[in-house]
Amino acid sequence: MPTDVIMPQMGESIVEGTITKWLKKPGEQVQRDEPLFEISTDKVDAEIPAPASGVLKEIKTPEGTTVQVNTVVGLIDEAGAATATAPQPAQNNIQPAPSAPGGKETETPTYLREAPGAAHGGTADEPARGMEAAARSQETVIEFPKGPEEEEDGERVRSSPLVRRLAREHEVDLREVTGTGLGGRVTKDDILRFVEQHPAGVPAIPLPSEPAVGRPAAAAAQAPAYQTGTAAPTMPAAQPAAPRPAGMADEIVPMTPMRKKIAERMVESKRTSAHVHSVYEVDMTRIVKIRERRKDDFERRTGSRLTFMPFFCRAAIHAIRQFPIVNSSVEADNIRYHRNINLGIAVALDWGLIVPVLKNAEEKNFLGLQRGITDLADRARARKLLPDDVAGGTFTLTNPGNYGQMFGLPIILQPQVAILGVGNIKKQTVVLTDENGMDSIAIRSICHISLGYDHRVIDGAIGDQFLREVSDYLQNWNEDLG
Amino acid sequence: MAPTTYLEAIRQGLWEEMERDARVFCIGEDIGIYGGAFQVTEGFINHFGPQRVIDTPIAESAIVGAAFGAALTGMRPVAEFQFMDFLPCAFNQITNMVAKAHYRWGAPAPLVIRGPSGGGVHGGPFHSQNPEAYFTHTPGLKVVCPATAYDAKGLIKAAIRDPNPVIFFEHKFLYRRIKEELPPEDYLVPLGQARVARSGGDISVITYAAMVHTALEAAEELAKEGIELEVLDLRTLLPLDRQAIADTVKRTNRVIVLHEDVRTGGIAGEIMAVINEEAFEWLDAPVVRLTALDTPVPFSPPLEEHFLPKASDVVREARRLMAY
Repeated sequence: MPTDVIMPQMGESIVEGTITKWLKKPGEQVQRDEPLFEISTDKVDAEIPAPASGVLKEIKTPEGTTVQVNTVVGLIDEAGAATATAPQPAQNNIQPAPSAPGGKETETPTYLREAPGAAHGGTADEPARGMEAAARSQETVIEFPKGPEEEEDGERVRSSPLVRRLAREHEVDLREVTGTGLGGRVTKDDILRFVEQHPAGVPAIPLPSEPAVGRPAAAAAQAPAYQTGTAAPTMPAAQPAAPRPAGMADEIVPMTPMRKKIAERMVESKRTSAHVHSVYEVDMTRIVKIRERRKDDFERRTGSRLTFMPFFCRAAIHAIRQFPIVNSSVEADNIRYHRNINLGIAVALDWGLIVPVLKNAEEKNFLGLQRGITDLADRARARKLLPDDVAGGTFTLTNPGNYGQMFGLPIILQPQVAILGVGNIKKQTVVLTDENGMDSIAIRSICHISLGYDHRVIDGAIGDQFLREVSDYLQNWNEDLG
Repeated sequence: MAPTTYLEAIRQGLWEEMERDARVFCIGEDIGIYGGAFQVTEGFINHFGPQRVIDTPIAESAIVGAAFGAALTGMRPVAEFQFMDFLPCAFNQITNMVAKAHYRWGAPAPLVIRGPSGGGVHGGPFHSQNPEAYFTHTPGLKVVCPATAYDAKGLIKAAIRDPNPVIFFEHKFLYRRIKEELPPEDYLVPLGQARVARSGGDISVITYAAMVHTALEAAEELAKEGIELEVLDLRTLLPLDRQAIADTVKRTNRVIVLHEDVRTGGIAGEIMAVINEEAFEWLDAPVVRLTALDTPVPFSPPLEEHFLPKASDVVREARRLMAY
């Protein structure tokens, strides 16, 4: 069936056109889209392509004739084109746009990759992957790390700027914090939880109030390595930090900040003061008996439990009055004699040790001391001490005897110059000589007190005499308990 | 009082300012007799007359030039761009003349350039762009992008009263899709101030214009699994409200920056730099940005949907952030 060749409408307002030239003669082969005739209109002259392939059968409108748009101006016979010659995409015709015969993907390049002329050739060498590339770029560029096995640097703990700042502010070592984030990272919640469970403790000048991580329970018994100052395996002050081959069974636990601080202060105190220790044996029988007799009544009347500590405090205060050098501090080449006696009372805690200070103890009577000591100990255990409660001590008492020790050799708490350790009060057999010179064996309550003192300012004679004063005061206790 | 659409709010703001100040006039294509391509200025010419509602030929550079000249003589022009995609036609006038007039000659140019921007309406590459980044990069200009009807009215009024040149990007997707009750009194929304559209403790989504609603939609979804988004609507892009950005990061420690503009060179990069400067030590995770792809806006509807950030993208990224 022949195909009509019509006068096209070249614009909305154009109603007619003039055929200026036929490019093919009747009987000639013509390909679809091949220029077939030229026209002239009001707006534009144009070359009009053939609407089908075949043979130009007839020209109805000769050159020079003007006809209305949509008029049939010629006929193409497709009989010859019915079989083999299927319409092919013209390789060298002007195409209005890259057409898509045969379903090849047309992809609009984001950037022009080829010269403009080549675009008319049809086959693009590579489909420009504008959208695909862009789609890939949309995938988040930030790679979240994969896992702990990827972490080469064993030192660095993965966290975040926020977590590192919190660690700094709370003096937390991130290596101690369990990380629950991606790849074992320490998250904000992880560190906040850690801080809540491990408070930094009262800002006491030297002292720990945090459990040393990973220490077995036995350490608690000698914990106050501070207190004993003995060559506790945990405090090998003289031992250099020699690297040791880590065996399979060894456990390496990093120090907490508090532990590090204690370590520093202990060693520093030993380096500062010329430590000497004197030990004295005290017969506490009288006080033991007084206490037995009076404690219930005392508690009922005053509301405070009656302990041994205020006895020792009163004795120490008395002795300090006789030997004020024991209540001083060394400042370069000077000795500062403290006017007040601020007694530090070492308190053992579940998680360590702290030394709150009973200020102006010389003004207090026995009851005042007892109450003050009880209050400080209670508040220490309840974590309610204020910074002021742990500052300004001038002399310290410690009580390692609580754990059954005979006596200890405590380390001085800088910048003080002496510390009094009170040993266990234990029934022992002793030899008593009466006024006639007759010896007998008696069972008495014996306590060993030890004075650690700084030989820079306290000589042995003074130290010993101090201890004798304390001992005499205790053995001949004659104070009203209040 | 019936709820007012975003478009109607802009019209009201424009009308009120023209009533209030005789120096204010409108100039643009088809805004007079036709009432504007989106009908923002419908009825204006009848009320204010052709001297104050001026139809122009298709000549964006001349529109801005004329407005600039009028501003220099003391008028307060509001130049409409039929689509903000055509801003580049007037690029020289805007960036070299208007933006620098006060700095260079002590000559203020208090004009407002306003028009529809943004995609989601199958408008194709020349009617769907978010061209704000060209202008947030130009000192001397202010750039405003309201997300709600309330803000659209308050901000157009504030922009007209501002002695600086303001580029006012309206979002065509929001024109008739969002509405709210507006107070009857004369109110302004200050330029340069962000707004917390939704409070939350887990992740801050910093965004503007139509994406504010996308973020809120994602927030509803995430709230069901216990993740609370805080959505910060920037409202003004130049100057950026640095304080609001820092404050929200400090509250949540995790951030998604979300915008409809393309990724590379979009303002998300600038916002992330601000976060780095103001709140680095409050970050518990890297800052994530969600943007359109780096291509022209596709016309094909499925492609455009793929191109634009969606609520489901926000949900996906939020979950990843919480797991970091």
